[in-house]
Amino acid sequence: MSLLSVRNLSAFYGSFQALFDVSLEADEGETVAVIGANGAGKTTFLRSVAGVLRVPAPAVRFAGDPVGGLHAHELVDRGVVMVPEGRRIFPSLSVEENLLVGAYRRRPGRWTLARVYDLFPILAERRRQPGTNLSGGEQQMLAIGRGLMGNPRLLLVDEVSLGLAPVVVRDIYRVLRTIAAEGTSTLVVDQDVSQIMELAQRVYCFRKGTVSLEGRPADLTRARIAAAYFGV
Amino acid sequence: MIDTILQGLLLGGLYALFATGLSLIFGVMRIVNLAHGDLSILAAFLAVVVVETLGLNPFVALVLVAPLMAALGYGLQTLILNRLLGRGILPPILVTFGLSIIIQNALLETFSADSRRLNPGGIDTASLALGSQLAIGWFPFITLAVAVLILIGLQYFISRLAVGRAFRATSDDQETAELMGIDNRRLYGLAMALSLGIVAVAGVFLGIRTTFTFSSGPDRLLFAFEAVIIGGLGSLWGTLVGGAVLGIAQTIGAKLSPGWGILGGHLVFLVVLLLRPQGLFAKAERIA
Repeated sequence: MSLLSVRNLSAFYGSFQALFDVSLEADEGETVAVIGANGAGKTTFLRSVAGVLRVPAPAVRFAGDPVGGLHAHELVDRGVVMVPEGRRIFPSLSVEENLLVGAYRRRPGRWTLARVYDLFPILAERRRQPGTNLSGGEQQMLAIGRGLMGNPRLLLVDEVSLGLAPVVVRDIYRVLRTIAAEGTSTLVVDQDVSQIMELAQRVYCFRKGTVSLEGRPADLTRARIAAAYFGV
Repeated sequence: MIDTILQGLLLGGLYALFATGLSLIFGVMRIVNLAHGDLSILAAFLAVVVVETLGLNPFVALVLVAPLMAALGYGLQTLILNRLLGRGILPPILVTFGLSIIIQNALLETFSADSRRLNPGGIDTASLALGSQLAIGWFPFITLAVAVLILIGLQYFISRLAVGRAFRATSDDQETAELMGIDNRRLYGLAMALSLGIVAVAGVFLGIRTTFTFSSGPDRLLFAFEAVIIGGLGSLWGTLVGGAVLGIAQTIGAKLSPGWGILGGHLVFLVVLLLRPQGLFAKAERIA
């Protein structure tokens, strides 16, 4: 059975339709990639799954239950945690306080402050500093660590490499691989295709609010991905 | 002169009590509660009822009135004000303005237009001699001490406890706070409960210090605003300083001529607004 099963999801901002009948599956322990250009609907999709946008209940099923339309905090209780685009570190909180906010619901699980510090030693060094004093890459680590503190069954990571230097992106992907190896399912959104194809077991390409391609990375050629990505 | 400044400082303790609840609400949810002053007067009248029916000292009555006001705050926020979230800045202003009028009229209907006072049994007139020239009232001193204790407690709450962290996170970025599992509606209910619990203390202390009527609320709101803005929006300790500055300005004004007390406060407020519109302590540790 799928951990996350999205069926014919449509989503709107007022009268503007951002998603058209999108379907997606993610199994327990799997890493799923969502790729696509700006404005393809990737973020809208994550926001629908994470409970920021109201969507019909049956459109999103998690661990078998219809969860569409639940509030974000109810989804966090069930183990759906989203790391938002642009990191969104809380500026008036220290690094450690940012992490602790991630554990606000006290959902039990394997991730603790100590284990997140093991994963990101730089955060332990800077624990007392304001979260926004960190570099972009460190802030992305903090945002991921903060998400892990919620002990997710499914971690949604939006635009993981946006605005980061290639060497930093490699570090972040190494960590995502570790998280996946620990058994946490992840759904990672990125515009940069190169790294994510090595990480994911399943890839969805979004274009203009629909899924233009899906499959296992090994089965997809560069030409097919390029065609689905750009629509040429 | 020292005497005047000291009396003003002590008066500032009372203003800080009023201002803290207002500042807290604005800091956490960016809502201006125009019924804040009337809610404090409501608390004072509730204390009158408790004192008269149970024969308690007004200080003891607070043990009942403060939790009652806190519960009212939670209900008010979760049942009414939360419905206005995400609709811009105007609806909360209009609704709390309407609430202010409703409270005043309900108080007028229930308690008539007579002015009231809470009698704490002597402590309000007792004074403490500081040397041969100087004496301060016990009650103003207690007021300031309570204000400082409440601010210390609030500081601890906001900086150390998980709920306080959630207050700050929500104030920074409400949507991301929700993604972390913070239920902002419940959190806003708690913030309003805390605010009205503190305003209950302010209202009862006001009622012990001076007489009040059903229409005393708007003045309290004005002084609270002035204290918050002089101190710097969102700064907890700035609120205390703002209250003290306002209190000192009013006391000096009243010393010059009995009618100039309130005017002195307004003038200092205007000067701060002109020279340092962000307030004296805007860059100090933020409540949010």
